[in-house]
Amino acid sequence: MVVKVYGPDFASPKRVLVCLIEKEVEFETVPIDILKGQNKDPEFLKLQPFGVVPVIQDGDYTLFESRAIMRYYAEKYKSQGTDLLGKTIEERGVVEQWLEVEAQSYHPAIDNLVIEILLGRKRGITPDAKVIEESEKKLAKVLDIYEERLSKSKYLAGDFFSLADLSHLPFTKYLADMGKMYLIEERKHVKAWWDDISNRPSWKKVSSSRWPLLE
Amino acid sequence: MVVKVYGSAFACAKRVLICLVEKEIEFETVPVDIIKGEHKDPEYLKLQPFGVVPVIQDGDYTLFESRAIIRYYAEKYKSQGTDLLGKTIEERGVVEQWLEVEAQNYHPPIYNLALHVLFSDKMGFPADAKVIEESEKNLGKVLDIYEERLSKSKYLAGDFFSLADLSHIPFANYLGVMGKMYLIEERKHVSAWWDDISSRPSWKKVLEL
Repeated sequence: MVVKVYGPDFASPKRVLVCLIEKEVEFETVPIDILKGQNKDPEFLKLQPFGVVPVIQDGDYTLFESRAIMRYYAEKYKSQGTDLLGKTIEERGVVEQWLEVEAQSYHPAIDNLVIEILLGRKRGITPDAKVIEESEKKLAKVLDIYEERLSKSKYLAGDFFSLADLSHLPFTKYLADMGKMYLIEERKHVKAWWDDISNRPSWKKVSSSRWPLLE
Repeated sequence: MVVKVYGSAFACAKRVLICLVEKEIEFETVPVDIIKGEHKDPEYLKLQPFGVVPVIQDGDYTLFESRAIIRYYAEKYKSQGTDLLGKTIEERGVVEQWLEVEAQNYHPPIYNLALHVLFSDKMGFPADAKVIEESEKNLGKVLDIYEERLSKSKYLAGDFFSLADLSHIPFANYLGVMGKMYLIEERKHVSAWWDDISSRPSWKKVLEL
């Protein structure tokens, strides 16, 4: 029985897909049409009461929140595939630190941009210029700190690719869709880091698969 | 050498303090005066480049982000004090799930409420009534889901107190200060859960610091 991942068309579930590929864990995907409201169906809400994606089903075991799912698989399959947690408890601590930074500081700013620009476009709603300006400013400040960190460290948590770097992949791709890749490319070490992590076979596979709902 | 916790007066840092008490780990606190801007001092930014609290120093080891720090200590000292991660990898997964829910769904609205209701004056900006109204509404929706969950489960991750429950304590406490405890008290199972977790000796100890 393979792991089922719900909602592969969307960015957050892609974190899980990249993680499963890195850990060499087989999976199948179940599409969820958010624009049609499938995420608010009673059947889906039994799996994920907040009505968002992803959620996974692994036999009897159900889990939601993409970063919780990644942590689970990274730990359960620690001895196979890429080690995404570091070798020691201290290294894992630093992975957790930068994964929290992604969740608390990086993600909200990019998510606001996606909602205003990409979803707004899809739904025919005029983007709020003030939100866009403020979010871009916040994101730039975070990336300045990343630039400093990545000038001393090949990856965010140290000299190894980890969950912390992985977690950035899906939403950073949206920057290209929004014509805002200059935020990455203007920063020398952030750019080198992005070129490195976005060329990983796991990301190439996940990002090149056809996910038509947000085109 | 004991663990140093910076910024202990603030809610996010209190997550760390509760965890250290539960894990029976000695610590000392180092004040950071945010009103005076100490969190933007170059010396502080070397420890925490985002200029927020908390950060810990444990000998040569430095770590920031309260939820990263509590995960670290809960794992490192798994065999002493309260087990805050569950007994199996699957149980830990469910702890991580509800800890992410706290971080992604619960924290943003309650943080906005506290910021506008309690701290806007001190920080020199006008409280935004629209933000307060929306935040309260969003928090209410999250607590409705908690009510359903806690009607089937004593604690968020199962029948054991974990990092997931712990992480809620400091900001939930602010609801009392804001006169908004009804959000908790109106929900039978959320109220019982809050009475339980806020009565833990670790939280009482942290409040006395």
